[in-house]
Amino acid sequence: MTQGVGNLSFEEAYSELETAVQRLEQGDLTLEEAITLYEWGMRLAQHCSDALDAAELQVQQLSVLSDQQQPALFFEEE
Amino acid sequence: MTGSQFPNLSIYQATNPAPWTVTELTHYIKDLLDLDPELQDVRLTGEISNFSRASSGHLYFTLKDASAVISCVMWRSAATQLAWQPEQGMAVLAHGRVSVYPARGSYQLYVDQLRPAGLGDLHTLFEQLRDRLRAEGLFDLERKQPLPQFPRVLGVVTSRRAAALRDVLNVLRRRYPLVQVLLAPTLVQGEGAPPQIVAALQALDARDEVDLILLVRGGGSLEELWAFNDERVARAIAACRHPVVSGVGHETDFTIADFVADVRAPTPSAAAELSVPDQADLRQRIGAWAAQITSSIARQFGQMRQALDGQQQALQRLSPQARVDAHRQQVDDWTRQAGRALTHTLTLRRTGLAGLRARLEALSPLATLERGYAIVRRADTDAVVRRVDQVCAGDDLSIRVSDGEFDAVVGGRS
Repeated sequence: MTQGVGNLSFEEAYSELETAVQRLEQGDLTLEEAITLYEWGMRLAQHCSDALDAAELQVQQLSVLSDQQQPALFFEEE
Repeated sequence: MTGSQFPNLSIYQATNPAPWTVTELTHYIKDLLDLDPELQDVRLTGEISNFSRASSGHLYFTLKDASAVISCVMWRSAATQLAWQPEQGMAVLAHGRVSVYPARGSYQLYVDQLRPAGLGDLHTLFEQLRDRLRAEGLFDLERKQPLPQFPRVLGVVTSRRAAALRDVLNVLRRRYPLVQVLLAPTLVQGEGAPPQIVAALQALDARDEVDLILLVRGGGSLEELWAFNDERVARAIAACRHPVVSGVGHETDFTIADFVADVRAPTPSAAAELSVPDQADLRQRIGAWAAQITSSIARQFGQMRQALDGQQQALQRLSPQARVDAHRQQVDDWTRQAGRALTHTLTLRRTGLAGLRARLEALSPLATLERGYAIVRRADTDAVVRRVDQVCAGDDLSIRVSDGEFDAVVGGRS
């Protein structure tokens, strides 16, 4: 639980946050453990929120013949 | 000899070229037809008549219109490809080449592709294929896969230029821009569409990182949507190991692809909505969780504080000060019973109680004796004498003063 939040994907952070909430609700933690988990939870929530804010839809085009991926440039025309 | 009636057939026309044999003439006609490129790539519409299927599997029929007929044959190898049953009277579109069948002296259309042409016939074809694939179990609920909650890579099969793609991308951008889109552009109508759609599905499905595939096309007529009723497309969807979401046409359009897909959406936009979560919902949930853990911690602090207060109160009840107060109360009780001569000592162990000791000493019976009072007892019963009528002259007494006891005898009484 002491790992950095930055390594987590949105999905991982979201799932960990849900787990932290449930754990705190159970109420069988020492005060120290509860405080640590609370801080971790708030960092996860911020990470999720930041990830959503920073996201930009990425579109790539698959060339079926060459099976290579190329960025879909035509979207920039819109 | 007179002039012949049949100038071209006169046996005296030795300079004429030799007459044709039947075979030669027939082959000449055949060559004429075979060498004409127009007749090697013929698309023909007509109505089926005199239809029969030989035991060999070959199909024999004629195609006719109002004023002409042409004989047709479709070899078994091509006929078995048909996903539908040609029937007498059906309007069809045929593709093939024209040639001559020498043995019968007739020309024929050798058909390699056949499909219904009338709208009613398209519906029939649709129903035939739908029933056949349903019987195979391709539409079964058990086959359908659940969609991943947070897809990372979305494969999209559609036309590059169509509005459907723009609609899908707009929905994704609004709801869940975290997702990456991998587009495999294809034709979405016409004869060339099904093979491209199949290739696109296979190419996307082959990639491990793809979580979900979207197959979408905007609205159109039954013929325009026909590629999505193609059996090859249906089987390619069924063969995908990743879930496929279909969004073809308008709300009321149902294609075979929709039945086979893991999830059918009424439109391309709806397909995109079903595929990803909505960031508005996610943000709301994250906020609610943050509030929940905050109140959880606050509650825990409150409980700790309450427990602490309780312990403080318990501590106060058990403190030495409390014990001293209790003793003080008891000493007050004892001094009220000063008639009883009791000697007691208090052992005071705590500091800060020196003043109390002085007070206690002032109140103790010893201090009273030191002030000159004596405790008088009858020698026989040890009873404390308080009143005159408790003694008679001559009774033996024991007198206790501050530093000891001595005997006495009652003298006269007053």
